[in-house]
Amino acid sequence: MNLAITFATARRIMTQLRHDHRTVALMVLVPTLVIVLLYYVMDDQRSFDQWAPILLCVFPFLVMFLVTSIGTLRERTSGTLERLMATPLGKLDLLLGYGVAFGVMACLQVALALTVSLTWLGLDISGSLWPLVLVALLNALLGTALGLFCSAFARTEFQAVQFMPLVMIPQLLLGGILVPRDQMAPVLEWVSNVLPMSYAIEAMKDAVMGGDLGGDFWRDVVVVAGSALLALVLGAATLRRRTP
Amino acid sequence: MMNLPSPAISVRDLRVSRGGREVLHGLTFEVPRGQVTGLLGPSGCGKTTLMRSIVGVQVVTGGEVTVLGEPAGSPALRRKIGYSTQNPAVYRDLSVRENLRYFAAVLGAPRGDADRVLEEVGLAGAGDQLGGALSGGQLNRASLAVALLGSPELVVLDEPTVGLDPVLRQELWRLFQSLAGRGVTLVVSSHVMDEAARCQRLIVMRDGEIFADDTPDGLREHTRTTDLEEAFLRLIEERAAA
Repeated sequence: MNLAITFATARRIMTQLRHDHRTVALMVLVPTLVIVLLYYVMDDQRSFDQWAPILLCVFPFLVMFLVTSIGTLRERTSGTLERLMATPLGKLDLLLGYGVAFGVMACLQVALALTVSLTWLGLDISGSLWPLVLVALLNALLGTALGLFCSAFARTEFQAVQFMPLVMIPQLLLGGILVPRDQMAPVLEWVSNVLPMSYAIEAMKDAVMGGDLGGDFWRDVVVVAGSALLALVLGAATLRRRTP
Repeated sequence: MMNLPSPAISVRDLRVSRGGREVLHGLTFEVPRGQVTGLLGPSGCGKTTLMRSIVGVQVVTGGEVTVLGEPAGSPALRRKIGYSTQNPAVYRDLSVRENLRYFAAVLGAPRGDADRVLEEVGLAGAGDQLGGALSGGQLNRASLAVALLGSPELVVLDEPTVGLDPVLRQELWRLFQSLAGRGVTLVVSSHVMDEAARCQRLIVMRDGEIFADDTPDGLREHTRTTDLEEAFLRLIEERAAA
């Protein structure tokens, strides 16, 4: 690993984004637009206060997962990955480069969505802001890491986008949003226990409730961060200098 | 005994299988330093696989590939080899200059290198164009430019002159020869026989085997022709008869 190469890679990915205004606009605006839509659909401040944090949790994950899996797939198919694998660039340089670049995008995304939610939409969070931002960013990182990992199993962009519902929907269904996790059938609860999104959603709920952020919150944060790290290491393992 | 300089590349009994089929059947050869070595043969004969093995990005089944005194793929070699794949491997959503600056940063080459290589491949005027807006020939040269960044001791180019007009091809071959003059070793693949004459050494391949490894003059002499295309056909006949 080499910091100069990692940052050169992050800068390169940001430059690619800069040439693609539409993608940037979609990444930054879509979560906010959906949250605004949710506000008017709910038409009830209390329900909105419950649902908005969940969207703030889900969106960074979702968008980063998609953009990273397509981005790395493009590197694989265009030959730029093979070229990079013949240079001093380390696997982690590439993965962290994506992580840093898309992490910056996630910051913008969360900042806008939060600003609009807290001002215009009157979202009421009792605690301080930083736990919420921390969880949203960790989720973005988790999305990036899982996107990298899943892109290794896709040969085409058609396949890559199909991984999104596969990774996303079970995590949402089992994450305790629709049905509390302790009311699920035991098997499903076990599955829910190993899915990182369950912890992210619980941490997000704690962050919004405010008050004392106890050991549970930190346990959840550590689980999400650990999952992101694990996915990153698995992602690195799927990058090969030599290919058949 | 005289102490000869070690060859740039030394390949011993190299075997590679792809998709369950052996595509390189035990190749053995050496590439001298500071020369342009042409790798010739029809498409599908294994040129690209051989080049990938030299660069160290190909999974090999057997044999030894030594490059600049180190096993192919060693970390120490990654700064010393410039490699350009057959399909131009540049980012289409970056300008040519942005592509070059990025790869220069990865290689630890000086920042000014981007403009130097743009000049060398004749793309100085197109530096600010996006990769995706270039013609096929320009894109090829942009990809070639990446391989020239830094100061590689070995440059491996897979079909660098495809889709270029005769004037540009001539200019690129002059560039290759001047690089060789500075001591750089070049391995250039082509399936066009008229490019063979511009190489100092030729390796002719067919169906995953080498059936000639000689200078162009040596090849002409051996096959008693003046034309390299004709020489190639004679070699095939000779093989068939043997």
